[in-house]
Amino acid sequence: MSEGNMNITLKVWRQKNSKSQGNLETYDVKGISEDMSFLEMFDVLNEKLIVEDKEPIAFDHDCREGICGMCSMYINGRPHGPLEGVTTCQLHMRSFKDGDTIVVEPWRAQAFPVVKDLVTDRSAFDRVIAAGGFVSVNTGNAQDANAIPIPKTEADKAFAAAACIGCGACVASCKNASAMLFVSAKISQLALLPQGDPERQTRAINMVNQMDAEGFGNCTNTGACAVECPKEISLENIARMNREYLSASFTSSED
Amino acid sequence: MSWLTKTLSSSIGKKILMAITGLFLCTFLIIHLVGNLQLFKSDSGYAFNTYTVFMTSNPLIKTVSYVLYASILFHAFWGLYLEYLNRKSRPIGYVVQKNQSSFASRKMAVLGTILLVYIAVHLGDFWAEYKFGHLPYVKYTENLTSGEITAVEHLPDTYQQQVKIVETYNEESGSKSVIVKNLYAEAEEAFSNPLLVLFYVLSMAVMGFHLSHGFQSGFQSLGLNHPKYNPFIQKVGLWIFAILIPIGFAIIPVYFLIK
Ligand code: SF4
Ligand code: FES
Repeated sequence: MSEGNMNITLKVWRQKNSKSQGNLETYDVKGISEDMSFLEMFDVLNEKLIVEDKEPIAFDHDCREGICGMCSMYINGRPHGPLEGVTTCQLHMRSFKDGDTIVVEPWRAQAFPVVKDLVTDRSAFDRVIAAGGFVSVNTGNAQDANAIPIPKTEADKAFAAAACIGCGACVASCKNASAMLFVSAKISQLALLPQGDPERQTRAINMVNQMDAEGFGNCTNTGACAVECPKEISLENIARMNREYLSASFTSSED
Repeated sequence: MSWLTKTLSSSIGKKILMAITGLFLCTFLIIHLVGNLQLFKSDSGYAFNTYTVFMTSNPLIKTVSYVLYASILFHAFWGLYLEYLNRKSRPIGYVVQKNQSSFASRKMAVLGTILLVYIAVHLGDFWAEYKFGHLPYVKYTENLTSGEITAVEHLPDTYQQQVKIVETYNEESGSKSVIVKNLYAEAEEAFSNPLLVLFYVLSMAVMGFHLSHGFQSGFQSLGLNHPKYNPFIQKVGLWIFAILIPIGFAIIPVYFLIK
């Protein structure tokens, strides 16, 4: 890791566990290279803290290439920092200036309790996915890819929805801590494809019910989620989810 | 719970109720503004006062107006309840927050509460005065051939009549006389107070902001978002509902103040 000459003042949320009260702690991070990612800057700080026999800052990360959705950090008032369309791991120190003060907080939502420092428990998303259930597939050999014709535009829309990495930035940025962008992406990616059709109605109803049960807020269409989403999931998905849910409620044979 | 209550009490159902009541109130605004444009006629309020009689006695319109009152109350209190639930969804806020959403979209509850106060004041000024107050009566004489108002007589405060409107025809002179409550004079009197005029104008600005988000948001909630027609909804929401209609309403008190 190359040495650099950026000095940063970091204010980071420190919280021992889910029960204790947290507060912002200030750290001076010196000699940072502008080519470092934001997480690498945290690595440098944590190494220093370990050498000093202090507790390193707990933060989530995994792939560090923008596909796992783990690196949740609320940086200077925005999820994943100042850039649009990237995750924290893809954010580099060149997006900041030498001498900057950067405030880093965990996602804030009733449904995402803080576990420690910047780590939140986002298993509510997993339970929403699980509530969606399975997709009927034939066992045996995979069938020919062209056996089911799918219009290109629909396939593209489904693919765009499937780009959601479940990072939770939508919930974090929403003033209502609503999970509608996430859930709508998950409902849309299957509702748009013939493979998702058999369970389409139950999936929409069950996923929305689970979302509500997890204590996410109600969407008021502010649109902050779509601006902050690193995968640029469109608000059209929320409209589609509203339609899917409504038509499922009114026409499905279950109560 | 039946499937319907379950649907409507879900997070999606809740906003659909907001959307339906909100968009219904939007259609009312158009009718209300068009009716009120009669205030600009220089006929000493003849057209406006007779229109008021029609609006308060036609059974269909009366029924719709009860639906309207119910919608206003429902939209306001359901919206506040949603705001309460949404605040509970984030018990601990951020120390630093840089919002990427519009001001109006974040402040719908505050804007809406101001509008609720405005509606209460506005109904107190006119609706309650007309229904329960002692508005003086006015007698217009209209020439039936030319349609001109030939005489306006302000009847004394002691004058009362059992029906809302009394029309008498005079065959000889080819004229008709009409006696109605003078709500127009009430508007003239109320809007001679600059403070009330200011309150009305500011309230209309608040309504503009509320609708700049509310109109298009209603369509999104109903699932109506498509690249083909969404730009049209956005434009109608901004130019007609957030700008034109509030300005149209705001001009009325200003007109009476400077008249
Ligand atoms: S919709 Fe976007 S912001 Fe929300 S979880 Fe998926 S990728 Fe993250
Ligand atoms: S660490 Fe996987 S998306 Fe950032």
